[in-house]
Amino acid sequence: MSAGTPRALASSGQKPIQDIRHPLSAEESALSRSPDVLHPGGAGERDLILPNGTPVDTSSPTSSSSLLNRLQLDDDLDGETRDLFVTVEDPKKHVSTMETYITYRVCTKTTRTEFDLPEYSLRRRYQDFDWLRNKLEESQPTHLIPPLPEKFVMKGVVDRFSEEFVETRRKALDKFLKRVADHPVLSFNEHFNAFLSAKDLNKRQGLALLTKMGESVKYVTGGYKVRARPVEFAAMGDYLDLFTQKLGTIDRIAQRIIKEQSEFLMELREYGPVYSSWSSFEEDLHDPLEGVSGCVSNCSSALEELTEDMSEDFLPVLREYVLYIESMKNVLKKRDQVQAEYETKLEAVVFREDKKTSVPADVEKCQDRVECFNADLKADWDRWENNKRQDFRQLLTGMSDKNIQYYEKCLAAWESLIPLLQDKQEAKGETN
Amino acid sequence: MADSGSEYIAVIGNTDLTPSESENNLKNTMVEKGTSLLKKMEISVAEAEKRTGKNAVNMQETYTVYLIETRPVDAASEGTNPVPDSLWRRYSEFEQLRNYLLVTYPFLVVPPLPEKRAEFVWHKLSADNMDPDFVERRRVGLENFLLRVASHPDLSTDKIFYSFLTEENGWKETVFETGFQAKADSRLKALNATFRVKNPDKRFAEMKHYGDELQSVISQLLRVRARAADRLYGVYKVHGNYGRVFSEWSAIEKEMGDGLQSAGHHMDAYAASVDDILEEEEHYADQLKEYLFYADALRAVCRKHELTQYELEMAAQDLTSKKQQREELATGTIRTFSLKGMTSKLFGQETPEQREAKLKMLETQIEEGEELVKERNGECEEFVKSAWVDIERFKEQKDHDLREALISYAIMQISMCKKGIQVWNNAKECFSKM
Repeated sequence: MSAGTPRALASSGQKPIQDIRHPLSAEESALSRSPDVLHPGGAGERDLILPNGTPVDTSSPTSSSSLLNRLQLDDDLDGETRDLFVTVEDPKKHVSTMETYITYRVCTKTTRTEFDLPEYSLRRRYQDFDWLRNKLEESQPTHLIPPLPEKFVMKGVVDRFSEEFVETRRKALDKFLKRVADHPVLSFNEHFNAFLSAKDLNKRQGLALLTKMGESVKYVTGGYKVRARPVEFAAMGDYLDLFTQKLGTIDRIAQRIIKEQSEFLMELREYGPVYSSWSSFEEDLHDPLEGVSGCVSNCSSALEELTEDMSEDFLPVLREYVLYIESMKNVLKKRDQVQAEYETKLEAVVFREDKKTSVPADVEKCQDRVECFNADLKADWDRWENNKRQDFRQLLTGMSDKNIQYYEKCLAAWESLIPLLQDKQEAKGETN
Repeated sequence: MADSGSEYIAVIGNTDLTPSESENNLKNTMVEKGTSLLKKMEISVAEAEKRTGKNAVNMQETYTVYLIETRPVDAASEGTNPVPDSLWRRYSEFEQLRNYLLVTYPFLVVPPLPEKRAEFVWHKLSADNMDPDFVERRRVGLENFLLRVASHPDLSTDKIFYSFLTEENGWKETVFETGFQAKADSRLKALNATFRVKNPDKRFAEMKHYGDELQSVISQLLRVRARAADRLYGVYKVHGNYGRVFSEWSAIEKEMGDGLQSAGHHMDAYAASVDDILEEEEHYADQLKEYLFYADALRAVCRKHELTQYELEMAAQDLTSKKQQREELATGTIRTFSLKGMTSKLFGQETPEQREAKLKMLETQIEEGEELVKERNGECEEFVKSAWVDIERFKEQKDHDLREALISYAIMQISMCKKGIQVWNNAKECFSKM
């Protein structure tokens, strides 16, 4: 959980559609945090004020946030020129008599001929994303569909309209669409097209499609057995199980760290002011003690930022990967199912006919299906592995960066204090 | 010869001295006021050892003794480097020394001893007196105590202090012979009794108040710091778990494996680094603690001044009432109520002879009383003068020492931040190679 208090989302009518920022520009939340009242010199993000009054500059080109952005957009794996860019931005709360919900602006820029226009901008809500994902799963059963952030949120526990929650969700939805857009097969899916371009999503279509797909969509738990699961897929399954475990452990560790840091922060918030009250009855030591108090206060703010960042950026991505793994496991299961079907059919045929005739058409079709699935899955697996590697590299270097930033802020604060502490001594030496 | 009055005296010019001569010189120059023993003699508490023995009630007990080493400064600078003189002392003997100094120099802010029992501990530190870390920190504290006394312009000249450092046997008897214990007990009794001074000295009242505030704020600081240290320990140590899980994870990865594994090692290093960090912070806590106890010493001086003034006021009051009685007796008017007066009224006046005798007695008492008031007034003035000089000296010392302590604390924090940056940069490099 975030260490800070969640802020309510600004509720308003629709903003006029501004110029859509180029997707390759740095991602920024449309809703910036209100200035922190504790640091009067700061504007926007929590500025660090040193004891001597100057703000610390953490927005250099080499700062972690810009680095992160560059990494995020360096997705061009295949080297092919991209012709489809999507972003999810600008969350807004809508209040109607029936319900309150959030919509997100989905912006698309493309040169593909499958789209009527080169640019689209429309608003979608979570339901719509969910619809899209279901359609993709139905229509592309042999492919791995990226996960969505959790659908259901316990109303009492999490504020669905808090800035932090909405922002976390927006990032996850953005990632979802980007992953689909990057997929060589999924990005050409008609439902994806509709999602990006159609004014109204005719969601009722889904039911008809559902009945059409029939057996290959059914999730049968048990009732089928694969005879000879290819080694590579077995290995994938094993890996995913172990990987899930490790992610769970990492999640727990990260949560524990956040908890310990929050408790440390609580003590720091009590520690700093004691120096202040001490300074109030000292003469010569007044300034040094005040300086220390200010320093501790700055370190406290830096720590609070670190904890919040970890809560908002690190944990959600970790959890999303668990969902991703679940999706992957389901695809593997489906593959097994298709293979089992084929094996059953094949057995039945061989059992019935004793002389070698040509394999019946439907068995052949099954075999094709199996081979198709295996090929798609292998390709998706490789893509998934690459993404995973990149994503975790980014996640963990991001975590390192956040910690480095924290220590740099503290370092700056304490270093600026030293001359202040030593200052009077020189003056005193002169008067002696 | 060195002139008295200046605080820092250069080493005696004649360096062609025999060891016994220089030893003599040491003893002679010591007596002069204003010299600092520390300029002549190296003092250290070099070691600590456990001993077992029978105590006062004939029970077996384990205690720690500390080795005090002394060596003349001149000898060391000559390059001969003789073996230092040394003797062993227990903490209780240090306490005796301090109590003696408190009684003998009530107007001085006497340096405090390190704490008897470990307080303001955070969970890792044991509160056990036998714990080696505690003993080590106590050793340092005792050495600091001796150095403080030895560098004090007045305390450093004390003979009992000198023999504490140099005479292993017989010191206890010597110090008892001064009768300080009895003095200490009576003083303690007097101080514990509640008394009100009619005209409190504003300066001393302010000083006492300052002492109260200082004690309170440093206690609070130490308490919160200990809690924060506990939490910080937790933060660092949990990162060690990353080391383990990264290692396990790297086993199931192909390309990512190496990066994860090495990053895990850095996480382990990060977790381990907190032990040294908190060890250093204990030193800062000890510096604060010294001034926590110094605050107490300061308050003690103020209390003793109050007592001195009270005793003066009592003597003055007594004198005034005696003078009044004389006046009444002489003029026959009764202004003050007294039982004797009433009874004499009821049962008849006294005889002139009785009156004469009474008057004579009163005269003697008044004479004695005037002497007493003069004496006590003198004492009070002396006390105020000496105390205030020492308080000024103490103030300067405190400001200087605490400033230094804050500087070294800031340096500690800087070092900790730099280490943190380094570790996370290392980890980041490993992650980027994943």
